[in-house]
Amino acid sequence: MREDLRFLPAGDQAVVVELGDTIDPQTNRRVHGLMDAIEREEVPGVFDLVPTYRSILVYYDPMLTSLPELQARVSELYRDLEDHAVATPRTVEIPTLYGGEYGPDLEFVAEHAGLTPQEVIDIHSGTDYLVYMMGFSPGFPYLGGLSERLATPRLDTPRLEIPAGSVGIAESQTGVYPVASPGGWRLVGRSPVRMFDAEAEPPSRLAAGDYVRFVPIASETEYLKLQESAVKGIHAGDAAQ
Amino acid sequence: MSSATLEIVEPGLLTTVQDAGRYGYQRFGVPVSGAIDVFALKAANILAGNAQDAAGLEMTVVGPRVRFLADTWIALTGADLGPLLDDRPIPMWESVAVPAGAILSFDGARDGVFGYLAVTGGIDVPVVMGSRSTYVKGAIGGHLGRALMASDSLPTMERDGHPDPTNNRLPDHLGAPRYGNTHEIRVVLGPQDAAFTAEAVQTLLGSEYSVSIQSDRMGYRLEGPVIQHRSGPDLISDGTPLGAVQVPGDGQPIILLSDRGTTGGYAKIATVISSDIGTLGQAMPVDTIRFATVSVEEAHAILREREQVLRDIEKAVRGAAAEAVSIRIDGDAFEAVDDSGRLVSAPAVEGRVESEATRHARVTVDGRTFEFDVEVQRAD
Repeated sequence: MREDLRFLPAGDQAVVVELGDTIDPQTNRRVHGLMDAIEREEVPGVFDLVPTYRSILVYYDPMLTSLPELQARVSELYRDLEDHAVATPRTVEIPTLYGGEYGPDLEFVAEHAGLTPQEVIDIHSGTDYLVYMMGFSPGFPYLGGLSERLATPRLDTPRLEIPAGSVGIAESQTGVYPVASPGGWRLVGRSPVRMFDAEAEPPSRLAAGDYVRFVPIASETEYLKLQESAVKGIHAGDAAQ
Repeated sequence: MSSATLEIVEPGLLTTVQDAGRYGYQRFGVPVSGAIDVFALKAANILAGNAQDAAGLEMTVVGPRVRFLADTWIALTGADLGPLLDDRPIPMWESVAVPAGAILSFDGARDGVFGYLAVTGGIDVPVVMGSRSTYVKGAIGGHLGRALMASDSLPTMERDGHPDPTNNRLPDHLGAPRYGNTHEIRVVLGPQDAAFTAEAVQTLLGSEYSVSIQSDRMGYRLEGPVIQHRSGPDLISDGTPLGAVQVPGDGQPIILLSDRGTTGGYAKIATVISSDIGTLGQAMPVDTIRFATVSVEEAHAILREREQVLRDIEKAVRGAAAEAVSIRIDGDAFEAVDDSGRLVSAPAVEGRVESEATRHARVTVDGRTFEFDVEVQRAD
C-alpha cells in the first residue's frame, strides 16, 4: 500500500516531498522514479532536486509557480508512477584491492567478526549495495545493504587523511571516499578508479539509485594498471559495462 | 582570450569569486556555494552593466587591495568595508570609472560583513558545473578552487557591445541598505517544526539570539535560549535548504548558508526566507537576531517586491534600452530580440498559444528577466 505524499515547506523556494518514514529499497526506488518523472515532465519552476532516503527536496522558483500548483503537479506524477515502470537501476562495479596497505583494517574487521580476511572479502564483494543518496561531500554515496556480520565500530581516533578511493566500514555502513579526507572508518580496501571529477559531466561516477558492486582486484599490478586507465576520466570504460 | 583586468595585491580576510550559485549538482553532494548576499551581488552587477548572475568578488570584513590593469568600471555593494580608489573614498551602490593602474583598497568595515565588487564584463574564471562560484572546502570553481591570494590576476569578459556603465546609480526612491547590529529575520516554520515542542517554537520566536564567532559561509551558529526537541535531534537524513534553522542536540540553532552540505540529519525547526538570507549574512558576530514567522505566501509576496527592486534598478540603469526588447512568436516558442533585430534569447516556452488573447510572457536574457503582455494572434 502506497502512502500519500507529504509536503513540508522548507522556506519560500523549496519543499520537502516525503514518500515514507523508513529506509528501505522500495521507498527509495519510488524516490528516484518520482524524481525522474519531475525532470522528464519538466515541472514548471523546478530548478534543483535532492533525492534522499525517503524524500526529495524540490527547489522551485516562486516567480514561475506557486506551492499549491507545484504540489498538485507532483502529486499527479506520483499517482501515475507505476512501480514496474521505474527504470531498472544501473549496477556500477568498483574494482577494489582488499587488505595490505590498501586496506589496513581488514584484519581487524575479520577478527571482530570472527572470520578470516578472505571471508570478509567474499561477503563484502558478494553483495550489491544500493546508493540511497549522495551527500556529506561531493560524490559521497550513502550505501545500504552491508551484511550485519561485517558491522564494525569506527576508529577511536580518526585518521587525518584517508586516500581517495578508500573503501571502509563504519558500524553497519559501508562506503567509498570519493576524495581524500579525514575519517574514522575501518578501511578494508581501496579502489583505483576516480569517483568524483568536477570537470566531468556528470561529475560523479555514482548517482543516487544506482547499485554498487565491489569487485576484488587480484594484485597490486592490476591495481596500478587500472589506476593508469582511470586517469582518462571517471566515465572512461563505462560504455563497455 | 581576455587579458587580466585586475591583480590582487593583498587578498584581505577571505576574498572569493562568486556568482548566484551552482544549482543542479546537489544530487551528487555538490554544495550550491555562491554569494551569501545574492541580492547585493546582483545589484552590483546591474550597476556595473553586467548580467545579474555574472561573477564578482565577495569580500569578507577586511577588503583586499586590488590593482586594475585596464580602464574599466566597477560597482561596490553589500557591506561597507570603507572603499578607497587611489586613497580617496569612493561611493558604493553606483558605477565608478577606474583607470588602468588605479588601486582599490578598503580602510575598515563600518557596516555588514560581505562586500561585493562587480567589474564590468564580469570576472572570467572557468565555468565548473554551470557556475563560477568558489567552493573552497571542496576546491571547486572560482580561481583555482580557492580564496584569492596576493599576485593572483583575474581576467574579465568582453562587454559584448553593451553601452558603457557611466553614472549608473540607484533610482531616487531607493536608498542603499543599512545593515546595523540588530536584525529581524523572517522564517517559514518547518520542514520539521513537528519534531520540536510547542514551547520550542515560542522560544525561537520570542527570544534574542546572538551570532557566534564560529560562523562562516557554511552556516551561522547562534547562541541563546535552548530549543527543545520532542525526542532527540536526529531524523532520517534529508535535503538541507538554504536558510534551514537546524538544531543539534545542544539546542543552539545553526542557520545553513551557501556552502552548506546538501543533506543532513538534524531536525530543522524553520527556514529563513530567501529575501532575508542576505540580511542575516551581513550580521556580525555578537549582533542580535530576532525571528518572526511568515507564511509561504507572504514570503513569496516579499520576494516579488525584492525582484521588483532589482527591476527598478535595471530600469534606472538601462533607461529606454530596457523597454526596447520585443517579443516574436514562432509556433509555441517566444524569442526575445533587441530593437536591432538581434536575437538575445533562445526560444523559451512559458505557455501554449491556444487562442487569441493577451498573455503575460516572461523571458530571461543574460540573467535579466523581462516581463511582457503579448497580444497573441494566430498566424493563419
